[in-house]
Amino acid sequence: MTEDNKSTPGEPSKAKPAPTKTTEPAGASASTPAKPSLGRAMLDAIITGNSAVVTFLAIVLALVVGGVLMILADQDVLDEYKYFFAAPGEALSSSWTLVSDAYTAMFKGSIVNPDSFSEGSIEDIFRPISETITQATPLIFGGLAVSIAFRTGLFNIGAQGQIIAGAVFASWIGFVVDLPPVIHLVFVILAGVIGGGLYAGIAGFLKARYGAHEVIVTIMLNHIAVLMLGWLLTTDTFRRGGQAQPIGKDAHENAVLPNLFGDNLRIHFGIILALLAAGIYWWLLNRSTLGFELRAVGSNPDAARTAGMSVARAQILAMVIAGAMAGLAGVSQVMSSTNPAHTLTPSIDAGIGFDAITVALLGRTKPLGTVLAALLFGALRAGGSVMQASANVSVDIVIVIQAVIVLFVAAPPLVRSIFRLRGARKGAEGGPLAAKETVGVQS
Amino acid sequence: MKLELRGITKRFGSLVANDHIDLTVEPGEIHCLLGENGAGKSTLMNVLYGLYEPSEGEIVVDGTPRKFRTAGDAIDAGIGMVHQHFMLVPVFTVAENVMLGHEETRSLGWLDRRRARKKVLDLVDEYGLKVDPDMLVEDLPVGLQQRVEILKALVRDAKVLILDEPTAVLTPQETEELFRVMRALRASGHSIVFITHKLKEVKAVADRITVIRRGKVVGTADPASSEKELASLMVGRPVKLVVDKDRAQPGEVRLAIEDLTVLDGNGQAVVDRVDLRLREGEILGIAGVDGNGQSELTQAILGLRAPAAGKISLDGQDLAGRSPRQILNSGVGFVPEDRQHDGIVGDFTVAENLVLDMVTQAPFGRRGSINPGAVRDNARQRVEEFDIRTQTIESPAGTLSGGNQQKVVVARELSRPLRLFIASQPTRGVDVGAMEFIHKRIVAERDVGTPVIIVSTELDEVVALADRIAVMYRGRIVDIVPPTTSRGDLGLLMAGVIPSRDPAEPAPAAEPDATGTEPAAPTATNESDATPGEEDPA
Repeated sequence: MTEDNKSTPGEPSKAKPAPTKTTEPAGASASTPAKPSLGRAMLDAIITGNSAVVTFLAIVLALVVGGVLMILADQDVLDEYKYFFAAPGEALSSSWTLVSDAYTAMFKGSIVNPDSFSEGSIEDIFRPISETITQATPLIFGGLAVSIAFRTGLFNIGAQGQIIAGAVFASWIGFVVDLPPVIHLVFVILAGVIGGGLYAGIAGFLKARYGAHEVIVTIMLNHIAVLMLGWLLTTDTFRRGGQAQPIGKDAHENAVLPNLFGDNLRIHFGIILALLAAGIYWWLLNRSTLGFELRAVGSNPDAARTAGMSVARAQILAMVIAGAMAGLAGVSQVMSSTNPAHTLTPSIDAGIGFDAITVALLGRTKPLGTVLAALLFGALRAGGSVMQASANVSVDIVIVIQAVIVLFVAAPPLVRSIFRLRGARKGAEGGPLAAKETVGVQS
Repeated sequence: MKLELRGITKRFGSLVANDHIDLTVEPGEIHCLLGENGAGKSTLMNVLYGLYEPSEGEIVVDGTPRKFRTAGDAIDAGIGMVHQHFMLVPVFTVAENVMLGHEETRSLGWLDRRRARKKVLDLVDEYGLKVDPDMLVEDLPVGLQQRVEILKALVRDAKVLILDEPTAVLTPQETEELFRVMRALRASGHSIVFITHKLKEVKAVADRITVIRRGKVVGTADPASSEKELASLMVGRPVKLVVDKDRAQPGEVRLAIEDLTVLDGNGQAVVDRVDLRLREGEILGIAGVDGNGQSELTQAILGLRAPAAGKISLDGQDLAGRSPRQILNSGVGFVPEDRQHDGIVGDFTVAENLVLDMVTQAPFGRRGSINPGAVRDNARQRVEEFDIRTQTIESPAGTLSGGNQQKVVVARELSRPLRLFIASQPTRGVDVGAMEFIHKRIVAERDVGTPVIIVSTELDEVVALADRIAVMYRGRIVDIVPPTTSRGDLGLLMAGVIPSRDPAEPAPAAEPDATGTEPAAPTATNESDATPGEEDPA
């Protein structure tokens, strides 16, 4: 909640009913401080339908839609609906079984598997959550990369390219030199930051200097990065010796992000970096003069210019910082436990660049929000593969669920009208309108 | 059509914007709603227009109570509204804009442009609202765009027309034209609710006046009442309408502008060889119809626009090549003419807006880090000092009323020691109470020795504040005259005409102390500009 940019720096307690925009995103609704009473506060929150509640309801709705799709995609269950009027119980119960099995599997794969308490080792208990965090790590970096640009008024679609650039730089430093422990890793991380930062800086520069639209430029830079990566992996500098396949060289041992809890859990040092990055982002937005300028430029460039700020500088810096964040995602992709050989591959970005946009959107471009949204998506990714394996439901359902969440989050009035929350009629996003109404538009 | 509002109350949370307001609008009258910024006028009209639901009270049309849930309901009942900010599609023609939303179609959904055009032309004839139906709206001046808005209401058969601060964006001539149109509408049986805080206009055009203060009707007044009476009724205390100031005590030349030329995007000179000298402790008013280079001149001084030629120096230092931030930090205060566009960041809190151009400087910022305590303290102080009406200092500035937004900008720019203060339209959209206060602050700034430039299209304001008035026309300074110059002459100058006068005294009081202690050099340039021979014949 502290990341709420509406509060001037230094107002961490934000329980007053000021008509600020969204506070926390997903799941945070329960943590709404209990001023009158927890129940009352929650009820109020649901009735007024603020953004946190809407986000939460969007997730619930998406899971419902996912369930319906599972039923529609399962021929056996569908067949039972042919006899629905003869034996309605059967169709409903097997539908329920199907959906609940799937979501149970997803839960077991992403949060905790209750069975592991009785028969598994201590690692088995923590494995699902470790998987969730591991999947979330690059998404946090990516989400922050999109968020920070967004706050400056730039739509950074280029996380994919920036991740690739960061990964290429990091991988290269990882195998081309052999340095002592810690030092090598520091250089690898710096290389990723520089690679991503420079690559995004191109888009920032073109925007600031020539007014080239950043959406177009970053999309094109994505293509360039993908194809460039493909070409690099054919060169002797990058391609692993004696192989025709486009696989990069292995990184040295010291260049790798260490696992936090041994070899059996994949959770790695990247999550520490990611939380650190989120913290830096929070500081940047709320406590730094640079962040103040970035937000001002993002919100009203004319006023920012009149107040003596350089819009061009802000745009370039925002893109460079965004790229640096995305570059860290690249480091995580190459140098972490998710990539056992620590090599470059043609699909090193693993779609994170685009999920990052949805993560940022779901997290409403706030630091904590982005982290929570990334964890949710990480859980869906981690749980999805278990669901596929044990409940025999296609992992693609996860993608549908993600998409539906975003769809609902992007249309708060729709969610409000489904749940008949107040404010649905007025349309428009809760924040600005609510804020306007409280003071009244007068002049 | 007779319109009655009975006991309208509108609450936003704990804030009561309208408190049991009763209002009756008779057919064929111009009913003026007078009130300060934030008094609740616009809220009331938004209730009437179906944009807000009243918390209590009812709207009665011709004796029947009506409920307006949307603007559509209000339109159906014969109510039309012209908003302060126009709701037009810039790339559509006048006719297209007027018909937007209920287009005339022929079979198969073909747009019947000819009929639309004819309809517009009929209305134009009927009410003398001269406007070409085929022009693109984006090519029209503001006054004509407003007419398009009025046409839009009329074509939907509005019998009651709400005009929300219609004159805020108009030049004096355009205002006159609007009044003419309003009278024509009245003559044809329409009623007009005219929202404003400008006393002169009220007296000029209203049949009846209802004054609102802090959400309540505090009285009705006759247009024959004096401005003073109206002002004190509106503000709730006696108000001084004249700016109280002593004679200027001009000192050294502080700002020198020599031969300044600024080009626009097309290479046209928007500021054309301007020479100006500004002394310590004087207020130079720049008068002129909007768009004659005043904004570009101030932007050039601020470093926001690179001059094509000429020199600007402040205290002897050339400002060329300095960034706006350097210029601001060196002690130049600037109130931009369009506050929403250039003055405040609407999403930012009031506190943040109050340090918008100072955030990198102590005590607010140090080594890249913001000191939130200092920002808050500053905000509390300014809010108190300038009587900025806001719920909290953490409220987004965009939620404040226009006049209070303006106070935020003025408070910010006057909150540090200045070497030069430039204010464009310092009281645009500001009510008399706040205007009095802002004027007092500007004069106080002059009295501590700061050279001040006031750019305003309101002649009243320029005349009241300025020690000298420079009139701009097509990018040039036509003349520099004392504030005692007659309105007629100022009006002529604003149209680029040099009024005929005794050639023996070209501009004697142009520099009040020309005869005094100053070296003779600066006066010469001003006078050369003033001679008719130099005037651009075009």
